[in-house]
Amino acid sequence: MVERRPLADFLTHLVLMLGVGIVALPVWLAFVASSLTPEQVLDAPMSLIPGDQLGVNYLHVLTQGSTPLKSLLFNSAVSALVIACGKIAISVLSAFAVVYFRFPGRALCFWLIFLTLMLPVEVRILPTFQVVASLGLLDSYAGLTIPLMASATATFLFRQFFLSVPEELAEAARIDGAGPMRFFWSILLPLARTQIAALFVILFIYGWNQYLWPLMVTTREDYYTAVIGIKRMISGGDAATEWNLVMTTAILVMLPPALVVLLMQKWFVKGLVESEK
Amino acid sequence: MEKRTVFRSAWLPYALVAPQLAVTLVFFIWPAAQALYQSVFVEDAFGIHVEFVGLANFRALLADPYYAQSFATTALFALCVAALSLGSALLLAVLANRVVRGAAAYKTLIIWPYAVAPVVAGVLWLFLFDPSVGTLGLVLKKIGVDWNPLLNGAQAMSMVVLAAAWKQVSYNFVFFLAGLQAIPKSLLEAAAIDGAGPATRFWKIVFPLLSPTAFFLLVVNVIYAFFDTFGVIDAATQGGPSKATEVLVYKVFHDGFKGQDFGAAAAQSVILMAIVIALTVAQFRYLEKRVNY
Repeated sequence: MVERRPLADFLTHLVLMLGVGIVALPVWLAFVASSLTPEQVLDAPMSLIPGDQLGVNYLHVLTQGSTPLKSLLFNSAVSALVIACGKIAISVLSAFAVVYFRFPGRALCFWLIFLTLMLPVEVRILPTFQVVASLGLLDSYAGLTIPLMASATATFLFRQFFLSVPEELAEAARIDGAGPMRFFWSILLPLARTQIAALFVILFIYGWNQYLWPLMVTTREDYYTAVIGIKRMISGGDAATEWNLVMTTAILVMLPPALVVLLMQKWFVKGLVESEK
Repeated sequence: MEKRTVFRSAWLPYALVAPQLAVTLVFFIWPAAQALYQSVFVEDAFGIHVEFVGLANFRALLADPYYAQSFATTALFALCVAALSLGSALLLAVLANRVVRGAAAYKTLIIWPYAVAPVVAGVLWLFLFDPSVGTLGLVLKKIGVDWNPLLNGAQAMSMVVLAAAWKQVSYNFVFFLAGLQAIPKSLLEAAAIDGAGPATRFWKIVFPLLSPTAFFLLVVNVIYAFFDTFGVIDAATQGGPSKATEVLVYKVFHDGFKGQDFGAAAAQSVILMAIVIALTVAQFRYLEKRVNY
């Protein structure tokens, strides 16, 4: 900044560290609980340093029980990947059509896609469920993923980007005899790499963290996602909650999307800021 | 802005928009139309007889004290979540924008909760505030608070507000930091030369320039609190105790999916749609404003 103020600098770091600490606190305690025995967790107040049950708990959660977490994590990974890739694919195609073609009904298409922005799944939950049920898509990967695929924000992001691509590229491609799809594959898609990477991060997290939708369309345990699995662990009725295993599951469920954010941080920030424009 | 160079084909553009339009029509427009349709009918207990009742479902809903209570609960919840997460995100962003050393590390350490699912956030804070084993719950008991979110509505509300706000701070932080970094340094330097202290510079220069971002985030946070916090509430309180945390989205799910009261649930859906449309329009008016800024 403008002035040098050692005291202010010190206070800035202090408050920032406090903020980081508060942000990290729930996850640190979850990690500690995931390394203890059930008795150690119940022995209040719980220790603040990890114990030695880490391996035991993680192995137990991943492989034991009626639906071991590894199969739930697999379901989550499949649906998150299919949702992210599907959203990107159908959005990039429709943005290409809207920007590079003039056709009757173009404005109508644009407005229909825009409408999806105003209809989040939470507000049309029952009728959407009825549609999916009548199509026979309950308890299937198709039912888990396809209804979530339409995306106005992704379409707008690609449209915005295509509009910024220089006219000369399309002209040159046409003069060289390239058809629309050749232009799309060889020129437009490679240019949109960073947009695609940024959207992928946002949409993968979106897909992984879906809760209400999988809760409604799955009734069989072999189609549950990991996020559903953790909720079922704490609604055990009379049985006391096994907090050490619940927290082990929590850590495992948040690990994949957290890794995606941390490893692809640059694209994540870009995707977040640009998809809202 | 329109492209001058366009391709010509009678069928290709339709094939390209077909997948997106198919999903949109089947899973968005059609169910939304269904909700509108169902909201003006009443179905008997066996689903055999359906009768057109006009706006009776809406009248019943608006006369229902539980619905009014759910509206008030949602408004309070959204207000608290937005205020808490916007306030703390702004503070952290202003400070992170100020430091030279370690700025990247702070940024990384603050943004990752974005990846945490709302349900997981609910479970984490439920554990933290558990009256018998939770670390913070025990601290509260030790300092003399009669802490039990399973029985006390106000305490349950503060727990879900904290969980929901905790998750949203990272998102607000990213936008505030981007907004702060876009403010020209020369403006702040000129003000400093004219004798403006740090507080004056913040309130007279930084805050006005940041206000479009703040308004946009306010709308996004209200949308988040209204619609995306179902998981937090379902995991932490299930709308209880005695409906103290039953927000509108939770009530739709509860009445329609568990209670099978389709007419009332459809009417609630239609009201929610109206709220989203109003919020989205507010958001886009902000966009227009920002272009002219």
